[in-house]
Amino acid sequence: MATFLIPILILCPLAASLITFVSAGRMDARGIGMVACAGVGISAVISIILSVMLLSGPVTGVLQVTLWPWMHMPGFSADIAFMLDRVSMLMILVVTVVGLLIHIYAASYMYHDPGIARFFACMTLFVAAMLVLVLASDLLCLFIGWEGVGLCSYLLIGFWYDDPANTVAARKAFYMTRMGDVALLCGLLLLVTATGGSLRIGTVLAAVANGQLAPSGINMAALFILVAALAKSAQIPFQTWLPDAMAGPTPTSALIHAATMVTAGVYLIARLHDLFAMAVPVMALTAVLGALTLLMGACTALVQSDLKRILAWSTISQLGYMFLALGCGVWQAALFHLMTHAFFKALLFLTAGAIIMRAHHEQDIFRLGGLRHTMPGLTAAFVAGASSLAGLPLVTAGFYSKEMILSGVWSAHFNLTHGWTLSGPPLWGMALLGAFLTALYIFRCVFIVFCGKAGTGAAGRTSRLMSIPLGCLCILSLCGGVIEMPDTLLPLHLFSGLLDPTAVLSHTHQPAWLVMAGAGAPLAGLGVAWVLWGRSSPVMREIPGQAPVICPVRTGRGMDALYHYAFVQPFCLLAWLTRLDILNHAVTGTGLLIQTASARIFRARADFLGRLAIQATRMIRWAGHLLGLLHNGRVRWYAAWIAGGLCAGLAMAVLS
Amino acid sequence: MNPLPALVLLPLMGGVLAWVAGRMRAPINPSTSWWVVLATLSVETLILGMVTFAHRAHAGPWLEHFSMPWIPAMGIAVRLDMDGLSLSLIWLSLILCFLCVFLATRQVTAHAGAFHFLFLATLAGIIGTFLATDLFVFFFFWELMLVPMFVLIAAWGHEDRQRAAMKFFMFTQGSGLLMLLSILGLVMAHDRLTGVLTFDIFTLAQTPLSPALSMLLMLGFFTAFAVKLPVVPVHVWLPDAHTQAPTAASVLLAGILLKTGGYGMIRFNVMLFPDAASRFAPIAMGLGVAGILYGAWLSCAQDDVKRLIAYSSISHMGFVLLGIFSGSAMGMQGAIMQMLAHGLGTAALFVIAGAIQDRLHTRDMNRIGGLWAAMPRLSGMGLFFAVASLGMPGLGNFTGEFLVLLATWHVSPATATLAAIGLVPAAIYALRMVNRIFLAAPRAGLPSLEDFPVRHMAVLGCIMTFLIVLGLYPQPFRTFSVPSPLSVTASQEDHTP
Amino acid sequence: MPAFSFNDTLLLATALFSVGLAGILVRRNMVFMLMSLDIMLNAAALVFVGAGARWHDATGQVMFLLILALAAVETAVGLALIVCLHAHGRPTLDADTGNLLKG
Repeated sequence: MATFLIPILILCPLAASLITFVSAGRMDARGIGMVACAGVGISAVISIILSVMLLSGPVTGVLQVTLWPWMHMPGFSADIAFMLDRVSMLMILVVTVVGLLIHIYAASYMYHDPGIARFFACMTLFVAAMLVLVLASDLLCLFIGWEGVGLCSYLLIGFWYDDPANTVAARKAFYMTRMGDVALLCGLLLLVTATGGSLRIGTVLAAVANGQLAPSGINMAALFILVAALAKSAQIPFQTWLPDAMAGPTPTSALIHAATMVTAGVYLIARLHDLFAMAVPVMALTAVLGALTLLMGACTALVQSDLKRILAWSTISQLGYMFLALGCGVWQAALFHLMTHAFFKALLFLTAGAIIMRAHHEQDIFRLGGLRHTMPGLTAAFVAGASSLAGLPLVTAGFYSKEMILSGVWSAHFNLTHGWTLSGPPLWGMALLGAFLTALYIFRCVFIVFCGKAGTGAAGRTSRLMSIPLGCLCILSLCGGVIEMPDTLLPLHLFSGLLDPTAVLSHTHQPAWLVMAGAGAPLAGLGVAWVLWGRSSPVMREIPGQAPVICPVRTGRGMDALYHYAFVQPFCLLAWLTRLDILNHAVTGTGLLIQTASARIFRARADFLGRLAIQATRMIRWAGHLLGLLHNGRVRWYAAWIAGGLCAGLAMAVLS
Repeated sequence: MNPLPALVLLPLMGGVLAWVAGRMRAPINPSTSWWVVLATLSVETLILGMVTFAHRAHAGPWLEHFSMPWIPAMGIAVRLDMDGLSLSLIWLSLILCFLCVFLATRQVTAHAGAFHFLFLATLAGIIGTFLATDLFVFFFFWELMLVPMFVLIAAWGHEDRQRAAMKFFMFTQGSGLLMLLSILGLVMAHDRLTGVLTFDIFTLAQTPLSPALSMLLMLGFFTAFAVKLPVVPVHVWLPDAHTQAPTAASVLLAGILLKTGGYGMIRFNVMLFPDAASRFAPIAMGLGVAGILYGAWLSCAQDDVKRLIAYSSISHMGFVLLGIFSGSAMGMQGAIMQMLAHGLGTAALFVIAGAIQDRLHTRDMNRIGGLWAAMPRLSGMGLFFAVASLGMPGLGNFTGEFLVLLATWHVSPATATLAAIGLVPAAIYALRMVNRIFLAAPRAGLPSLEDFPVRHMAVLGCIMTFLIVLGLYPQPFRTFSVPSPLSVTASQEDHTP
Repeated sequence: MPAFSFNDTLLLATALFSVGLAGILVRRNMVFMLMSLDIMLNAAALVFVGAGARWHDATGQVMFLLILALAAVETAVGLALIVCLHAHGRPTLDADTGNLLKG
């Protein structure tokens, strides 16, 4: 049954993609939307069936399907093979269910766009690629999905290709992630060499556990994979592509650049957590980079003025949380946060899309304002998402997942080489500060957009097709978190028990004030935001804009400019300089040189030989003139010459 | 009846027929010669299909063998052998010829008969090159494919065709002379050692040579193949020739002519001089990596579509060189996969570039502008093949590149990492092309353009299918296209079936 | 016992050849030049026949037939050339008027 269902699960969106692509211009927008939603919907149903099958089986059971051998040869074998275990079950549920909701929303959102067929072709293709990524049991097979989602992301960011800025953003996203892909490829090569020819995840992890890899090899492999994950998930130092990626349509931002694709890096590391557990320095690096990214993302989001960019930086920051959790070894917490983040960030993006659509495509939060009067429903949805993002205690899903991460970080400890150690509490402090900042920036956004005096007028109303997904996501992002709670509140560990029943996380030895602090930070952030921006007479409506410190941060261009001058410009310049191929010049130049030189030499020689040649020529011409007299063109004369010559010849031959 | 001479002679005869048909006056249809070419290719495909699927009496690695004395006094015989490698490359040639015939050569109206004759003559030379196992005959076919190609470029090419054709001819001819010297040297050495004058490579492969001499002889062969492949310092003829050639000739050049270089390296460098090749391997692999990076880098800076594709070919061929000299069966197979996939993908890109040039009369990407709105089918195809060219997993190029990288990693991880870095500029040039001519704002004042008709799409769809199958299920191709070792001769097998 | 000895045949052939050669050298009319050429060819053919009779070998007669055919062809081509020249507006048959080969 499973061998049949898993391929169908992937084929459904793929078929929808093909149908929508081929039918471009022949099917109306309604039909295309229905085909796409049907494709993703069927796979959502199948993934629920599969989850039920998996959970009803034994605790450590997995469903395996090997479709066909991909490359088999001495020293290497790879298969097109899929595996459904509890981690990938979580992922397919997130991908298909959130994906379905976003598709339903998009069917209405993109209804009037002429390129709707291309849009849905790419979106469904993305879902298929993402499913390949999360289901693959062979790392090389995973790589198909890994690159496939990158390609779909590129196509969708540059969806409105009429504006060159969009296609530039699309290419930037692809190039940045491509660097990570190359690193992943190198990591795979290293692993396959070490394991003796297989990239099956089980084989790789077993080889690592058996000590087939030297510690340095493990560290290198983990580092390569970490770089890949950092690039895909837009962490430091690759974070610059994600804010630009907001050039795509909003459903794309919700699905690809918030809920699923950018979390692929988190998934990959969680999938290989046994490998990472052996590479302590890389784990520490992951944690530190995650902590730095979450602070940087939050700070940058605090000074943005573009609604979608605020959400993009917030995504980077939240992904930082997940990387922090991964680095501290609590990958269950990372996946839990991945799930809740998918809910609330998709909700925020979709709501933002609906707001922007109704506010005449105005994305600047300072020109919006007072929207709670004109769009109360959207306000409620956005506030629900924002509370979940901020992690307001008890009532939101974000609170529980963030709490799980915080408690995991607190008890982390890294034994680095040469007696260096890194312990959890400093990282925990950074994460807590990040939680405060998160609440601050998202409620700043809420207060500016929904309170105060009215800005741009609103038009139309949100269609029902768009409201239904918003409602579902509201419920999920508020209540999706109660399946896992801190011990202080209630010893409920459904989620971590679901993921890994053999090793349920327990935080029994932690003081209660940790939870208090984790709950207090968002509330403090909310309070400060209220004081600064929310009251009827806000302390400041706008951050002093043109301060030199703020400016590069606000545009988020600091790193961009650095990369631009450090890498892009030199590359372009060098490429431009050599575009005509220096080697070509070299060869052509040599030819030219030889030609010139021989011409020179010839001219020099002409002085010596010239006179001789001229004399010779004159004599030859004179002789030729004489001979030419014989050459009068009359046939009879020629015949006479022949006859005479013949006679003379014969006479000589006979007489001699 | 032995099919091998028929495979070589049929295109020649068909070519003559096409020429005659082209010379005829009315009332014969002007596209008669085109139909003749189509019929020739169909018969050729039929024969090849028979060879491929025929039940063989013996179980050796060589599929077919043909031998006929030519100049017995000098030990020269018309000796043709077919193994999996040559068979798969001939299949590739035929597929690409069909691609040309359906999509490109029908547009040629000036002297169509002569054009088709030269086209088929090139094909005959290429097939002969893939089959010959007598060094003299090999050299004969090697030169045979140059001349018609030279005329094709020089007579039907674009604005700067004379110079490009001359460059192409000088480079290939000059390096061919070095190969001739090497061939003669090898034959002489064998003659002096054993007293047998022969050009048969199965016999010559057993010649005991001193290391220095074998290195020298191998370098002679290597130079000729390196020019054809091309390897970086001697690649300069390629961008010009590809750019200036008419579409069909570009397809032949990129799709198959470059593969003769790779084929020659496998059969005449690695297999004929295994020791010298393994000693030379570090340099060759270095050249391969240089080619990957240099080609991709220059490709990023081009404004001319065909030039961009030409430089990307150099980059892809770097992988082939790397794989051939990685010294393992895996690398060799990766190189073969890469040759097949690159042949298909790049040929399709050239056809698309040619179609754009036919419609817009320019190859400058700054002047083409976005075509998606006007020609969605052509642009969709362009997008697909550009993505294949950047090495998307699941398509043919990735299979080849991955196997090559894996084989290289076994030898030297640093080299493999450098080669893998070449995939980043690959993304840059491929997507740059996509975003400048397909997915871009349409240029103002674009004339109304005719999109690809359905039958063209069907042909390109076949190529697409091949690429996807090569990418996702390469197993049959991989086992099918294994080159046979020279230690087992085909004639021995005939005696001991 | 042949009526003529081989020497007589050779003598006759030489005489015929000389007549033909003289005809070519002195006549300017192209038709007459052609006729003279034929005489010279026939002289050569006569030698073949005579030699064949002398050595009892059929090859001589074969060669005679060959030369006969050659002569016919040569006459045909020559006459065709003359007609062609005439058709291209050249009223004379004088061979000396054509001297394009003049050096």
